[in-house]
Amino acid sequence: MNDSLSHLTLVEEESLRQRVVRWASAGGVLLRKNPNMLLGAVIAVVMLVIALAAPLITNYDPVRLSVRERLESPSSTHWFGTDQLGRDVYTRVVYGARVSLLVGTSVATLAAAFGIIIGLISGYFRSSDLVIMRFMDALLAFPSFLLAIALVAVWAAGVWTVIVAITVVSTPYTARLARAMVLSLRERDFIDASRTIGAGPTRIMVLHILPNSLAPVFVQATFAFAVAILIEAGLSFLGTGVPPTVPTWGNTMGDGRRAAQVAPWIIFFPGLFLSLTVLGINLLGDGLRDALDPKLRGQI
Amino acid sequence: MKAYVFKRILSSLPVLFFVGTIVFLILQLTPGDPAVLLLSASESAQQTALDYEKIRAHLGLDRPIYEQYGRFLWHTVQGDLGTSVFTGQPVTSLFKQRLQATAALGLISQAAALLIAIPLGMLAAWKVNSIWDRGIMLYVVMGFSVPQYWLAYNFIFLFAVKLGWLPAVGYAPISEGFFNWSKHLVLPVLTLALTAGALTARITRSTMLEVLREDYIRTARAKGLSERVLLVRHALKNAAVPILTVASLGLATVIGGIAIIEVVFAIPGMGRALVEAIVQRDYPVIQGLIMITAATFVVLNLLTDLLYAFLDPRIRY
Repeated sequence: MNDSLSHLTLVEEESLRQRVVRWASAGGVLLRKNPNMLLGAVIAVVMLVIALAAPLITNYDPVRLSVRERLESPSSTHWFGTDQLGRDVYTRVVYGARVSLLVGTSVATLAAAFGIIIGLISGYFRSSDLVIMRFMDALLAFPSFLLAIALVAVWAAGVWTVIVAITVVSTPYTARLARAMVLSLRERDFIDASRTIGAGPTRIMVLHILPNSLAPVFVQATFAFAVAILIEAGLSFLGTGVPPTVPTWGNTMGDGRRAAQVAPWIIFFPGLFLSLTVLGINLLGDGLRDALDPKLRGQI
Repeated sequence: MKAYVFKRILSSLPVLFFVGTIVFLILQLTPGDPAVLLLSASESAQQTALDYEKIRAHLGLDRPIYEQYGRFLWHTVQGDLGTSVFTGQPVTSLFKQRLQATAALGLISQAAALLIAIPLGMLAAWKVNSIWDRGIMLYVVMGFSVPQYWLAYNFIFLFAVKLGWLPAVGYAPISEGFFNWSKHLVLPVLTLALTAGALTARITRSTMLEVLREDYIRTARAKGLSERVLLVRHALKNAAVPILTVASLGLATVIGGIAIIEVVFAIPGMGRALVEAIVQRDYPVIQGLIMITAATFVVLNLLTDLLYAFLDPRIRY
């Protein structure tokens, strides 16, 4: 008896290193099986490298004005041309990746965290469900972009204001998904079983329901990442997002509005990078969703 | 059916109440005193004549918060959405003035989105895993990823600046001639329809795929029906309900995108009025227009739900 038990623990024990290796090889198989997801992952990694290495891959300063070099078309010295203040568009695009990825990562993390907390409370404690979910429904009744505009309009402009505003509009989506997961999980036998042996609600929620509802919320968070980048760029484009002193894709495009017909490159290149990044993350999210559960295809 | 309609209408009232509360809260979230902010904003807008106390009284800020909340809800229910701080124009009259352009743009874009998306989704499902399917799915994922205003500028550059086929920006009311009106709408409608159609095309495809696997489709095929009759009469009809849901979601993309598209194309609609109000920090106008948009949204969702019940008698909640 004792022998067989110690044998069991031996089998179950897996060092952190083995676990990392196992996950990495599973990820590798996933990427090889799904070329779209591989493309998405490559785009995401390239953007991350560009953002991190920004000062190394450009010789210009993203905010330095140079009146003599205004509105130059793309050339060997200014790959993506210059804007009407003579700033190098390539440099602004490279630095802009930083803000976009910061906003995307922050919103995805915050929206997933709040969504799970709200979803757990609402799904498990049914008495709170009515009020919480009606409030979430009301938030969903606003087109995300317009609600985000209204929120940043009343707050002082800043990167973190933008992040909080986009988190507010993204959280209802993750919360609704987490709640649906909790609702289906709490009827399962293993939850009944642990309740029977005396587990309290907190223990059941944290140890059983939380880990089992994480995966779909994680997939939803990748889509929240993509949407957050789009909303931030839209806000900055309209001049209501990140302050104009910070080089972002949206700010650069917004500055290029007045010169759009004579200097289309000011809008074209930042928008191209923005589209590519969002495309990459969407492909990654689609791949994760399909790998997780083919039945979810089209649902989130 | 009557009881269901009644129940469904009643159940959207709490959502509207929370929508009103959120709109009220937006103003309360302002750091500091909105009246001070307005004063500093109005200086730049050459409106120095407004003084602090007048603004506070105008916004009702001199009253306790629960009274402000009560008054806000009461006025909203009565259809009074406040007046602009700068022009003194009631928000409802601003809304009526700006409605025509926005409604034209929104409705035509939504119709165009459905006309593009449903056939594409059906084609992708019918020829699943073919080159057609892959191409259409590529369009779908691009539609999710490309920002509308960027697409708009690319269209402007291509069709207006390079080719000179269409006017770059601007809007002509329909009273100035149908041709002139429609010429100005082509590019904004194309932009909104292509981006809003992506989701509809994807859901049409996945719903049709499910329907095409059903036994009655095999039966219909076995008895020798043509593919056209099979697709339209048997498959599309049964896929209609989920497609309808997504059509209303696509409308969300249209409504959400209209503001930015109106700014890009200089169309005098509600969305542009909202962006102008935000730049000026005209809080009553921001609140009023957001309230109208959200309420429109709630009503559209309600209508979609009622339409389901009408299309599919099995649906009763």
